[in-house]
Amino acid sequence: MKKGRIKVMQGNEACVEAALLAGCRFFAGYPITPASEILEGMARRLPLVDGFCLQAEDEIAALVSVVGASWGGAKAMTATSGPGFCLMMEAVGLAASVEAPCVIVNVQRGGPASGQSTSTAQGDLYQARYGSNGDYSLITLCPSTAQEMFDHTIRAFNLAERFRIPVIILSDEVVAHIREKVFIPEPDGLEIAERKKPAVPMEKFVPFQAGEDDVPPMPAFNTGYKIPVISQAKSLNGNRGNAREAEAFIRRICRKVDARIAEFADVRTYGDEKAQTAFVSFGSVSRAARSAVDMGRERGLPLRSVEVKTIWPFPDDLLEKKLEGAKRIVVAEMNLGMLRNEVQRVLRDPEIEIELFSKIGGLYPLPQEFLRFLEEKR
Amino acid sequence: MNPLGEKYLRKDFLPFLFCPGCGNGMITQAFLQAVDDLGIFDDLALTAGIGCSAWIAVYMHADVLKVLHGRAIPAAIGLKATNPSRKVVTFTGDGDGLAIGGLHLLHAARRNIDMTVILVNNQIYAMTGGQVAPSTQAGSRTQTTPYGSVEKPLDGCRVATAAGATLVSRWSTAHPKQLTRAFKKALNHRGFSFVEVLSQCPVQTGRYILGSGSPSFNLQWLRDHCVPVEDPARMGEVEAQGKVPLGDFLEIQNPEFMEEVQRMNREAKEARGKGGDR
Repeated sequence: MKKGRIKVMQGNEACVEAALLAGCRFFAGYPITPASEILEGMARRLPLVDGFCLQAEDEIAALVSVVGASWGGAKAMTATSGPGFCLMMEAVGLAASVEAPCVIVNVQRGGPASGQSTSTAQGDLYQARYGSNGDYSLITLCPSTAQEMFDHTIRAFNLAERFRIPVIILSDEVVAHIREKVFIPEPDGLEIAERKKPAVPMEKFVPFQAGEDDVPPMPAFNTGYKIPVISQAKSLNGNRGNAREAEAFIRRICRKVDARIAEFADVRTYGDEKAQTAFVSFGSVSRAARSAVDMGRERGLPLRSVEVKTIWPFPDDLLEKKLEGAKRIVVAEMNLGMLRNEVQRVLRDPEIEIELFSKIGGLYPLPQEFLRFLEEKR
Repeated sequence: MNPLGEKYLRKDFLPFLFCPGCGNGMITQAFLQAVDDLGIFDDLALTAGIGCSAWIAVYMHADVLKVLHGRAIPAAIGLKATNPSRKVVTFTGDGDGLAIGGLHLLHAARRNIDMTVILVNNQIYAMTGGQVAPSTQAGSRTQTTPYGSVEKPLDGCRVATAAGATLVSRWSTAHPKQLTRAFKKALNHRGFSFVEVLSQCPVQTGRYILGSGSPSFNLQWLRDHCVPVEDPARMGEVEAQGKVPLGDFLEIQNPEFMEEVQRMNREAKEARGKGGDR
């Protein structure tokens, strides 16, 4: 048993707690429901650990200053919700292009536009992956509980440092505001990753040259490396690349993540792993799916809940494995079928029935609705 | 090569991408002269956005973060906050700094964060091919104002002053000595300093607005149309003649942002030690 303490906290509070333990010392954000508690928590906690919290003039400034802080040598984070996430999109691509490790929390609420500020939703799934222009890759994690919000926040910083990418935590209003027990390990019980620093002096350092892992070492500014970091497609020395160099750069920043998906992909099963009927979900909907599995068990109905924890890059192989033997698959989500589209793309067996249980408008799906869906559609 | 260039430029990035006759080379020289005189090159952390002026930073062999259009100031704040001993300097243009990035300028000035913004004003969107800018004189014909601009230009120095900047200067590439001196004062200033540099763009502004693509014509235009004023109160008189006032308009001392942050952090920790925090 790991040493630590148990505290009752909101998902948003768990995020703050974990970020500080992961070593986050720079936070910038703009107030927005339902994410504001993260900015508020950081504003209260960071000064106590010699960190810095900025309430930025908008979400663009928030994420761009996070990128600046990352190159400044700090672990940095921002948090927002849909409308703010829209503003951040240009800087998501920036973070990917300048390979600045950082963490972006999107506490999803109803959309489009201002949508429903206090209601839950999962409509930003594609935006998290494809929101910025051009080809790039990043990792997106989807917590379903306050505990997972804590664990995923630590993991997000570690993955960001490991791959030098923006990592998105796709939370939602339910996870943000639910209060439940969170186990907080002692700091020495946590695995904390740090970005790889150059092993050679400036004269021998080639800024964007990577080894076999496709991740170049990253010096902080003002440590003697005098590095040119531009938002353009780069050559190895950091200048604007020609067509060949640009291609190599873009392929590398995608490959460094996509080719290593087996290292971090996480899909969990709850319930009967051999059940022919499976729910597939992510984020807070997985909570209701788990309850539905329990209720099914009481009624003698074998069910499994397959829960995607790392949703981007989409874990094709792992999901297929977790769904082996399933004949009827119900994808449950709070949007009009984004996860369903991915599941359909992965599972091409025409014998397998893939159905969509969609709930939008701000009401959270109840476990009994899952079972009713199974009965009514039959 | 110019000895300053020899000492401080990133030679593997040369030649410059600037057009012949561009003012950016003169601004680079004035800036490097100021930095060399102060001996602070190793402390520099430069940021820039998008546009011709942004590339000034990239050629300097310093740590440089060149981000998205208009976003150089937020990037600078991230760098300053993570190490206040850095000399953070942002190179921006009139479009980058006054249009798409205008909001960031207001708020950085308001906070009085210790950094220097160098706004290169060539009165046009040059890199994209000569479109009207927020600094373009009313009546000017550009690619996007083919019948003449009907918009009034925005004065970056007045904006910075109103927003809370504590050092504000404007010079031109036709005044290199004054410009170098203004850079030095700005780099030495504790707080948010803003230096606007009126610069010639023979290829866009010159050809399409002023009537000649000749670099010497354009530099002479700056000499003829810029009037140094000792007293900022006289700016209006100069403007009434259709000319641009230059000068060191403002230099005051106000509490600096990062120092205030450090004081706040210290006090918060002390209060917590006494059981004052929640």
